Amino acid sequence: MCTQSAERGGRETVATVTLSQPIGGGYHRLRFASSGAQNATPGQFVMVRVRDGIAPLLRRPFSIHMVEGDEVELLYREVGEGTGIMTGLKVGDRIDVLQPLGRGFGRGGKVPLLIGGGIGVAPLLYLAHSFLAAGKSPKLLLGGRTERDILCHDQFSCLAVPTRYATEDGSLGDTGLVTALLKDELDSAEDLGGLSVHACGPIPMLSAVARLAEGAGVACEVSLEAHMACGLGACLGCVVKARDGGYVRVCADGPVFDSKKILWP
Amino acid sequence: MAKEFDLSVKVGALELKNPLIAASGTFGYGSEFADFVDPSSYGAIAVKGLSLNPKEGNPMPRIVETSAGMLNAIGLENVGLRRFIEEKLDYLRTLDTKVIANFFGNTVEDYAAMASCLSEVEGIHALEMNISCPNVKAGGIAFGTDPLLAAEVVGAAKKAANLPLIVKLSPNVTDIKVLARAVEEAGADAISLINTITGMAVNLDRQTPALANVTGGLSGPAIKPVALRMTWEALSAVKIPVIGLGGIVTGEDALEFLCLGACAVQIGTANFIKPLSVLDILSEIEHYLTAKGIGRVTDFIGTFRIP
Repeated sequence: MCTQSAERGGRETVATVTLSQPIGGGYHRLRFASSGAQNATPGQFVMVRVRDGIAPLLRRPFSIHMVEGDEVELLYREVGEGTGIMTGLKVGDRIDVLQPLGRGFGRGGKVPLLIGGGIGVAPLLYLAHSFLAAGKSPKLLLGGRTERDILCHDQFSCLAVPTRYATEDGSLGDTGLVTALLKDELDSAEDLGGLSVHACGPIPMLSAVARLAEGAGVACEVSLEAHMACGLGACLGCVVKARDGGYVRVCADGPVFDSKKILWP
Repeated sequence: MAKEFDLSVKVGALELKNPLIAASGTFGYGSEFADFVDPSSYGAIAVKGLSLNPKEGNPMPRIVETSAGMLNAIGLENVGLRRFIEEKLDYLRTLDTKVIANFFGNTVEDYAAMASCLSEVEGIHALEMNISCPNVKAGGIAFGTDPLLAAEVVGAAKKAANLPLIVKLSPNVTDIKVLARAVEEAGADAISLINTITGMAVNLDRQTPALANVTGGLSGPAIKPVALRMTWEALSAVKIPVIGLGGIVTGEDALEFLCLGACAVQIGTANFIKPLSVLDILSEIEHYLTAKGIGRVTDFIGTFRIP
């Protein structure tokens, strides 16, 4: 199949499911093997066609949670028809995946602060791995509504990344928002110049993170989410307002942006 | 050795190596898809619609998925004529395919100026004028729904153009035959149809429109029956070549339009679903016709008959 597609001038996009597992709270892990995964960098994303046919019609975008060898892992929350079908995938099933797409995270400072809100933690695991491999000392700040929305404890504790939590109901870590943790980190930092901020989560969180980081003069990257049709930069359906006018495309100019590029709503 | 299957077609004087044209707005300027599919796989590429000046487009949200289709209200965001020529055309010139410059304007003068300018640029093989975008308030749709205005703007563009001029028609009219005849008489070399059908989606939880523009253009498999009906009606009304589009995602879909008499077809939303669609559709066309003992696409065009 691979060779036939290549001969015709196209790149094969079939992947084989190697793990499909609910982890509670409506969250799931999906792992698949395919060629092309090896080149993925943290912060990039994939477009999954959850099944053949015309319902659902469009692919669904997911950030890359982890890459190991030729396997990519996604961490997602079941929210609608597309993700509902995905939860039914079984090991050995074949899915159609475009990957890796978009522009990922940059190099970061000596002490990168990784900030995740809810499912926004998804791209941070691979990012933490890559920062550790580069000899940096990342810290992790995770927020969610309740303890159930704080994901990936185990994976991060294996990495021995210092982690702080904030939940709105106080069921884990500090009571309140993850942005309060960031403020605390920025206020207590001995060397602001060595810090960098890398955040993924809902827009109000990202906007607050960007304001705090920019106020402290710390470089800040944000990973944005959007509904997409093509995922390749052609349809212009996933744009966000840019600070210097016009729009930027989440899929092709991002999904990771310098926070100064974005005009927050 | 078996004779090679002949996919080539003609749109008037424009020769295409195969009958598939990437529909404007769904294939960017070609390079966006190059990681996954060779853009030269298409017989021609109709680039994202161009205007004299860059256009910012509509607020978000701009797209929403619907049953077997999608609504969009992008608002013709584009880099403008100058940046297209300076930044996008060099890549397109390297491709082994025909480049169709899709364009639109707010006034008759805009259309004429665009047609004249694009005709002078090396690397463009045909023009497609959009008189049918449903998502912009000025221009666009007004020219596409009034036969007198349509004739005036097509006449002016044809006079200014030095390349084959395709006119893309709106389906949002009572009688497509009247519009098709009007643009034919005004000098159009070919017509393409259909553009998207105006539609709307409601966000029930918020009791708001799903699109910031409130209404948008429906595309995808949901609109194919309407597109077939209008292609058939247009073919019955004019003698100039007709390019069919609307909801084509398979080789058999494409063949239905060709069978009616369309000289070529455009592939739009299918590019979003699967960047490799062009390759799949070409193989499906070849397999289908070969099984019928037909060795050339042109032998199948216009074979439709009502018993």
